[in-house]
Amino acid sequence: MLGVATLVFFLLHMVPGDPVDALLGESAMPADREAMRKALNLDQPVLYQYGHYLSGLATGDWGKSLVDHRPVLERITERVPATAELALVSLLLAVLLALPLGYWAARHAGKSQDVAAMGFSLIGVSIPNFWLGPVLMLLFSVGLGWLPVSGMDQPGSIVLPAVTLGTALAAVLSRMARSSWLEAMSTDATRTVRAFGVSEQLIWWRHAARLAAVPVVTMFALQLGTVLGGAVITETVFDWPGLGLLTIEAIQRRDYPLVQGCILMIASFYVLANLLADLLGLWLDPRQRHA
Amino acid sequence: MPKSTLIMVGVCLSFPLLVLLLSAMTGLDSHAINLDAVLAGMSNGHLLGADALGRDVLARLSEGLQLSIMVGLTVVLLGSMVGITIGVLAGWMGGWVDALLMRIADIVLSFPGILLAIALAAMLGPGVDNLVMALVVVGWVGFARLSRVQVLSLKSVPFVEAAIANGSGVGYIAIRHLLPNIAAPLLVEASFGLAAVVIGEAGLSFLGVGVQPPDASLGTMIREGTRLMLVSPGLVIWPGLILFSLVMAVNLLGDAMRDKLDVRMETK
Repeated sequence: MLGVATLVFFLLHMVPGDPVDALLGESAMPADREAMRKALNLDQPVLYQYGHYLSGLATGDWGKSLVDHRPVLERITERVPATAELALVSLLLAVLLALPLGYWAARHAGKSQDVAAMGFSLIGVSIPNFWLGPVLMLLFSVGLGWLPVSGMDQPGSIVLPAVTLGTALAAVLSRMARSSWLEAMSTDATRTVRAFGVSEQLIWWRHAARLAAVPVVTMFALQLGTVLGGAVITETVFDWPGLGLLTIEAIQRRDYPLVQGCILMIASFYVLANLLADLLGLWLDPRQRHA
Repeated sequence: MPKSTLIMVGVCLSFPLLVLLLSAMTGLDSHAINLDAVLAGMSNGHLLGADALGRDVLARLSEGLQLSIMVGLTVVLLGSMVGITIGVLAGWMGGWVDALLMRIADIVLSFPGILLAIALAAMLGPGVDNLVMALVVVGWVGFARLSRVQVLSLKSVPFVEAAIANGSGVGYIAIRHLLPNIAAPLLVEASFGLAAVVIGEAGLSFLGVGVQPPDASLGTMIREGTRLMLVSPGLVIWPGLILFSLVMAVNLLGDAMRDKLDVRMETK
C-alpha cells in the first residue's frame, strides 16, 4: 500500500516541466500560479511534500478539490456506492453466465458446443467495452426502447452498464472454469472416485467442482480489480455517477488532488481484491497452506 | 495451426485489410473537411460515409488503424525489451537485485493496468509519444515476470552451467542460451500484449487522454461517433468493428500459438 501511495504521489512530479503550467496553462496569472503552488504544497521541498501527503492519508486528510474546494475523501466516498453497485451486479452476471458456460464447454470438450462456448469467450475478450456499450445502447435503448440510455435514476438503468462491464469478465471466467474443470476431471482423485462407482454427475458437480473452484475463485478475485479499471470506461460511456466517472471528470478538469485520491482509492480496492484472492485460495485449497 | 483457426484469422483480418486497400485506392485525405458532405451516408464518393466535418470515414479508419498497429507494435517492442532485460537480470542475479526489481513490478501491478495508463497519459499530456510511454510503463511487467521465471528454471540446467564453467559472460549467456529458450512463452505473451495495447490505445483515446483531433484514432472515432450515433450510427459501428476484428485476429493467433507451443502462462 505504501508503494501504491508513493507511485500516486510521484505521478504529479512526473509531469514534464512545471506541474502548475500543466494544470493552469502557461498563460495563467502569477497570483493564480502562486495559489495553486501553495494549494499543492509545491513551494515546499519534495521530501516535505511526501511526508505531508503520507501523514494526510493516515489521518484521513486527502486534500481538497481544486474545483469545488470540498474534501477529496468526501467527494470519493459519495461516489463509491454507485461503483460498488455496478461492480457487484456485473460480477454476479459474469459468474451466472461463466460457470454454466464453462461447465457446458468442459462437458462437451472438443465438440461443437465447446467451440461455440469458447468462441463466445474469445469474442468477449476481444470486444472493447467502450464500443460494446454504445452498440448495446443503439440496440436496446434507441432501437427497441427497452432500457434507458444512460444515468442511474430509472429502473433498469443498470442493465446495459453491467452487461458491458461483465462481458469480458464472463469470457475470462468461462475459459478458466472450462480448463480447471477438465484438469480436475483428469486428476487421480476423480479417477479414484470414479472407480468407486460414483455417478458422473456427482463427480462433475461435487468432486471435480471443488478442485476446479480454486483457480476459478482466484481468477474471480483477481478480476475484481480489473472490473474497477473497466468501470472507469463503462461509467464514462453510460454517464454512471461512480468513482470511474469522477476520475475522468477530475482528469478533464485537471483537479489534481481529486485525481490522486480517486486513483489511490481504486488501487487500494485492487490491492485488497488481490489479497482476498490469496486468502480465498488458501481457504479453498489446504495444500497451499503447506506449500 | 488448425485450418479452422487460419480461416477465422483470415476472416477477421480481411476487414482491416479491406479498409487499408480501399482507402489507398480512393486516395482521400483523412483530414480534408468538406462541409457539403457533413454526415453523408455511404456513396461512391465516400464509401463508408462522412463524419460531422464531412471528412471521409474510410480514410480516417485507415489512419486510425495504421496508428493502432504502429502504437501496438512499438509498445510491445519497447515493453518487451525493457521487461525481458529486467526479468533476465532479476532471475540471473537473484538476491537484492531480484527483490528490488520485483517489488517495482509489484507496485506497477497493484494498479489496474488501464487506470495507471489513464493516469500517466493524463499527467504526461496528450500525444502519441506520451501515449506510447504510458502503455510501455504498464506493459513491461508481464514480460519481466515471465522471463524471470523462465530464467530461474534455466539457471541450473547443464548447458547453462557448462557455459558458466566455460567462462562465458552474462550478456553472452543471456543472448546465446537464455533468450532462445525462453522465446516461445514470450512470443505468446507478446501476442496477447499486442491485443491489449491496441485496445488500450483506443480506450485512452476514447477517454480523451490519447490521440488528439484532428488526428484519427479508432478510439477517438468511437467517441465522436457515440455523440452522433442517433443520426449516423455508422460513425460508431465502423471503427469498433475494425478494432474488434483486429483484436480478435491477434487473440486467435495468440491462442493458436499457445496451443502449438504448449505454453503455460505461469508468471509467479
